[in-house]
Amino acid sequence: MFIPLLVLRNAFRHKLRTALTIVGIVVAIVAFGLLRTIVDAWYAGANSSSSVRLVTRSAVSLVFSMPLTYGQKIRQVEGVTGVAWANWFGGIYISERNFFPQFAVSAPGYLDIYPEFVLTPEERKAFLADRSGAIAGRKLADKFGWKIGDQIPLRGTIYPGTWTFNLRGIFDGAEPSTDTSGMYFHFEYLNEAIRRQYPRRADQAGVFIEQLRDPDAAAAVSQAIDTTFRNSLSETLTETEKAFQLGFVAMSEAILAAIQAVSFVVIVIIMAVMANTMAMTARERYAEYATFKALGFGGGFVAALIFAESLGIALLGGLIGVALTFPLANAFASSVGAILTGFRVTEETLALQIGAALMVGVVAAALPAWRASRIRIVEGLRAIG
Amino acid sequence: MSALRDGPVGEAPSGESPNEPLVATVGLTKHYVRGGQMIPVLVDINLRVPEGDYVALMGPSGSGKSTLLNLIAGIDKPSAGQIRVAGVDIARLSEGDLAAWRAANVGFIFQFYNLIPVLTAFQNIELPLQLTSLSRSERRERVATALELVGLADRATHRPNELSGGQQQRVAIARALITDPTLVVADEPTGDLDRTTGGEILGLLERLNRELGKTIVMVTHDPKAAERARRMVHLEKGVLVD
Repeated sequence: MFIPLLVLRNAFRHKLRTALTIVGIVVAIVAFGLLRTIVDAWYAGANSSSSVRLVTRSAVSLVFSMPLTYGQKIRQVEGVTGVAWANWFGGIYISERNFFPQFAVSAPGYLDIYPEFVLTPEERKAFLADRSGAIAGRKLADKFGWKIGDQIPLRGTIYPGTWTFNLRGIFDGAEPSTDTSGMYFHFEYLNEAIRRQYPRRADQAGVFIEQLRDPDAAAAVSQAIDTTFRNSLSETLTETEKAFQLGFVAMSEAILAAIQAVSFVVIVIIMAVMANTMAMTARERYAEYATFKALGFGGGFVAALIFAESLGIALLGGLIGVALTFPLANAFASSVGAILTGFRVTEETLALQIGAALMVGVVAAALPAWRASRIRIVEGLRAIG
Repeated sequence: MSALRDGPVGEAPSGESPNEPLVATVGLTKHYVRGGQMIPVLVDINLRVPEGDYVALMGPSGSGKSTLLNLIAGIDKPSAGQIRVAGVDIARLSEGDLAAWRAANVGFIFQFYNLIPVLTAFQNIELPLQLTSLSRSERRERVATALELVGLADRATHRPNELSGGQQQRVAIARALITDPTLVVADEPTGDLDRTTGGEILGLLERLNRELGKTIVMVTHDPKAAERARRMVHLEKGVLVD
């Protein structure tokens, strides 16, 4: 009990200094955790993507659509067990601030390809039976307080007019990483309206999603699909769902790299601050360390005292930081809405936060501990704290 | 007033003998190198301190008395010569062995007490016992006895900043004695105290020597303090003088 007692009392000898150091570590650890979570959220779509799904889009650009008839041809490609298609709707719910993704999808095929969207059989049946029906993810429904049976009006931006959907189901995610912040409705409902108003834009799909029999055949199937439409008016580019999602991430890669760099810089800064604090602390106690050594305690004991104190302070700050990361991440997620759909503090981030705190403690103590362990007793006894 | 007996200053021990003194230095030399220049601090010191002696090392500032004390206590290394304490040439010990030797054989009393401020008087006195194999109850018993001896039984739970200078030095003396060391070294033990309190501390050291038979080597520049020792040794410019 002697050493823990000594370490504890030493750590809180200068209460204000220790408290400020802990606050600094807490801020750094929270910032590190939030920045890591932002980066994780950016990759959430890619990470939660399935290895048995391919996405086919126009080879020119995602903004160009493809004829709906491609669906039949894709279905005939060897290795494809299911095909669905979707269009980005881009509607506004009440105000532009309420952004969330909406897709017109080919039900029920789309639901079969995305089994991670979990609906009750009653909800699924009700959705499929209502052409103006829609389903929403749990996160989205909770955010706006939607209930089954509610009417959801969206103001179209790509497809002008006010579109009203009947909420027939609220789906949960099969996995914690499943995105439940989107809304899905019948492609036919949209296509019929387009056919009436803009016939030339009808029967077009933004993307086709294929289900594979064998994920190892993804490359061959992708090639086969693209070959099918080579030299056509609308050539295709087929890739795995993960690659498709990473394509979006790549657009903001520089920002992500900057965020990651900042998250590490924050840790380096607090490391320097803590190292300065520990150096100052050790310097003030040289006479005490010399006394310990004169009494027969070794240099290792002195070093251990400094390491234990530094690690204790860093770990305390780290644990408080980790505890605060959750409410702050939730608050951040609420404020950014559906822009970062997979905003979730992962176990990996928590481990990295604790690891960073411990590293700060070790690095901060290393030089002072080394110096104090090697201090000559005679010189140490002359030191003035 | 204690009797003063000026000892055989500068007398070299005559090699191994059945009555070898507790402390014997032979040709002890210490110098520092500053800016490429060798600065002698102690030159060919031959000193004998028999067991049970109480020696006051005196001399002006810079005479090397504290350096000599540090060498005898094993917290500094000589440039040349031997330091035999209870038959062990401590100049030849490694850092680790020297630390263990100090823990078992030397009690330190410093001018500024050098107590650990975050520990109570009891815990400060107990500190050297952490390096022993004594049980917790044995340690407590010893510390209680030491506190009684220095008259601070009622201050066991006080921290150094809650004690007067004299009381802090008493705690330091108790800490120096707690392991029942072979040798007690005191570097200006009254240097930071007023005359009355200093007198009390010197009285306590005198008791330790006379009643408990402790061998004490004390550095002081105060002739009044030195008079309380059994004998005085004078140093001037690093050389023992009569």
